[in-house]
Amino acid sequence: MTAASTTSAQSAAPAMGRLNLPRMLRALLPALSLALVLLAIAYLNPRAISYFGFTLMLNLAIPIALATIAQMFVIAGNDLDLSIGAFVGFVSCVTATWLRDTPLIGILALLGCIGVYAALGALIYLRNLPSIVVTLGMSFVWQGLAILLLPKPGGKAPDWLLAIMSVKPPFVPFPILAALILAAVAYFGLMRTSYGAILRGSGGNAVAIGRAGWSLLRAKAALFALTGLFGVLSGLALIGITTSADANIGNGYTLLSIAGVILGGGEFVGGRVSPVGAVIGALTLALAASPLLTFMHIPPDWQVAANGAILIIVLAARVLISQKGAER
Amino acid sequence: MIDGANKLFAKPWIWSFIGSFLVWLAAILFTGGYGAGGMITAALSLAVFTVVVGVGQMFVITLGPGNVDLSLPANIGLASAVAMKVMNGDDSMVAVGLIAAVACGLAIGIVNYLLIWALRIPPIIATLSASFIIQSVDISYGRGLQIKPPPGYADFANMQVFGVPILAIVTVLFTIGASIVLQRTVYGRSVLAIGQNIRAARLAGIRVGWTRLLTYAFSGALGGLNGALLAGYFRGANVDIGNEYLLASIAVVVIGGTSVAGGKANVPGIWGAALFLVLLLTMLNTFGVSAGVRLLLTGLIIVVVITAAGGQQKAIR
Repeated sequence: MTAASTTSAQSAAPAMGRLNLPRMLRALLPALSLALVLLAIAYLNPRAISYFGFTLMLNLAIPIALATIAQMFVIAGNDLDLSIGAFVGFVSCVTATWLRDTPLIGILALLGCIGVYAALGALIYLRNLPSIVVTLGMSFVWQGLAILLLPKPGGKAPDWLLAIMSVKPPFVPFPILAALILAAVAYFGLMRTSYGAILRGSGGNAVAIGRAGWSLLRAKAALFALTGLFGVLSGLALIGITTSADANIGNGYTLLSIAGVILGGGEFVGGRVSPVGAVIGALTLALAASPLLTFMHIPPDWQVAANGAILIIVLAARVLISQKGAER
Repeated sequence: MIDGANKLFAKPWIWSFIGSFLVWLAAILFTGGYGAGGMITAALSLAVFTVVVGVGQMFVITLGPGNVDLSLPANIGLASAVAMKVMNGDDSMVAVGLIAAVACGLAIGIVNYLLIWALRIPPIIATLSASFIIQSVDISYGRGLQIKPPPGYADFANMQVFGVPILAIVTVLFTIGASIVLQRTVYGRSVLAIGQNIRAARLAGIRVGWTRLLTYAFSGALGGLNGALLAGYFRGANVDIGNEYLLASIAVVVIGGTSVAGGKANVPGIWGAALFLVLLLTMLNTFGVSAGVRLLLTGLIIVVVITAAGGQQKAIR
């Protein structure tokens, strides 16, 4: 907390040139880690750095990036969503069954999910509940619903969704294009609009936002609804790639999404998040987890460990940078 | 008399016991009284595992907002494999295996705190990154592990006296001990003080770093112990053996009346909440609902109970 406030105070000082270096390094850290992973891949397997290589390697990064952005909204409000993985699983089950067979019911169900998320946000604010426990409980609810809807893996993705996810734009591979669009939308929405500033403020200094006359209840509900919205998009994207669903398909996403937000420069307290960083963080994790390890001939057992190691290395680098900043 | 009853109802932990009793009543009403005692025996033996990790998690959560040990499931999984490998089905190696499992958990707890301290990151992220790595170590170390626990050890883990599992009796003694440590020792009071106000605690001369290190190490060691106990009870180690204890350990702490804001712990409530969760599952099983409905209802009931138990500062009393 104190470290965060000193850095921001420093950046506000007029003599920026020198003092700003650590801050800039810190902001560039997510991009640097992604570049490092890409360089390693290019060195190990130059053929992977091509239009088709990226399309293959980054395909599954789209739903991960969407889930990470979803997680980012709750973290901006000082909460944590431990149910996002189960939620993505439930959405994918709805997509592969109702949305294909009876689109109207499917759309209503997905909209209802976003409504449930908004209601959860309101409940957490009104009763002052620990979001970790509420969302852990909800993860059981989503998983139960998913199993009820689709007891066995199966279902089929709607054709329009398959068509969207297999678009082949000229020159730029689809996953990269999608990541750019996602980062731009999230950035302008949260960082450049006035209500986005209110939403971040509700995490940074809730009392101040409340005194300024904004409804904290509405802010919390809005943050959770946005999480629900991007969670739904993540489930849709996932099914567009895998073509069929499974109740447990999203289970790994909870931890990946939290890791992605933190990797991208987000903090747990104070409404400090970075949408662009979060997308980059998600891409880094997706690339480092499987393609890099495959090229290094490391067995898939160590995929999860690679994510943990990257997280620790980047956080250690961040500490080094901040320390340098503090010494000056 | 009425005064005594009022005092009893003012205790935050009493509600979890009332809840467990009601759930048990609902279950035996459904079966027409059949298996009422057996249900309690089964609930006690399963609740033990939740209580053991719940106590560790409670100490960690009491350290204040943001403190939580997310590495418990991975820790339990790895320790269960370590215990089974060291014991190697040999009754004479049981003590060594138990020590190895506890040491493994202890090491994980210490690493957790070192990450928090060295990287100055929130405990959630530190324990999360550690759990990623532990999980991989476990997958690679415990692959195809088919070692059964030593027969004597497995029997001990399942042994009962007049329908009360031995492990439950030992665990009750352990929780009484934990309660004394929390309320009557310098360490325990330090944990509570840090949870109430970490700056004030530091200025008062409490060794904050040491206390936090000890607490994470304690939680890790209990996770390791739990892994060994689970492997004995279920007769084998498994990568996924600890998965349900992430939710369970946090849920029993909160349902049991410990404040998530820190600085206020409650040991008896952990037993009540653990019995409540286990009996809830037993009740849903006797009703014969499907896996989906069971998950759905468990989740809903947890959310409802948390909502009813209410916010941290706006407590009813």
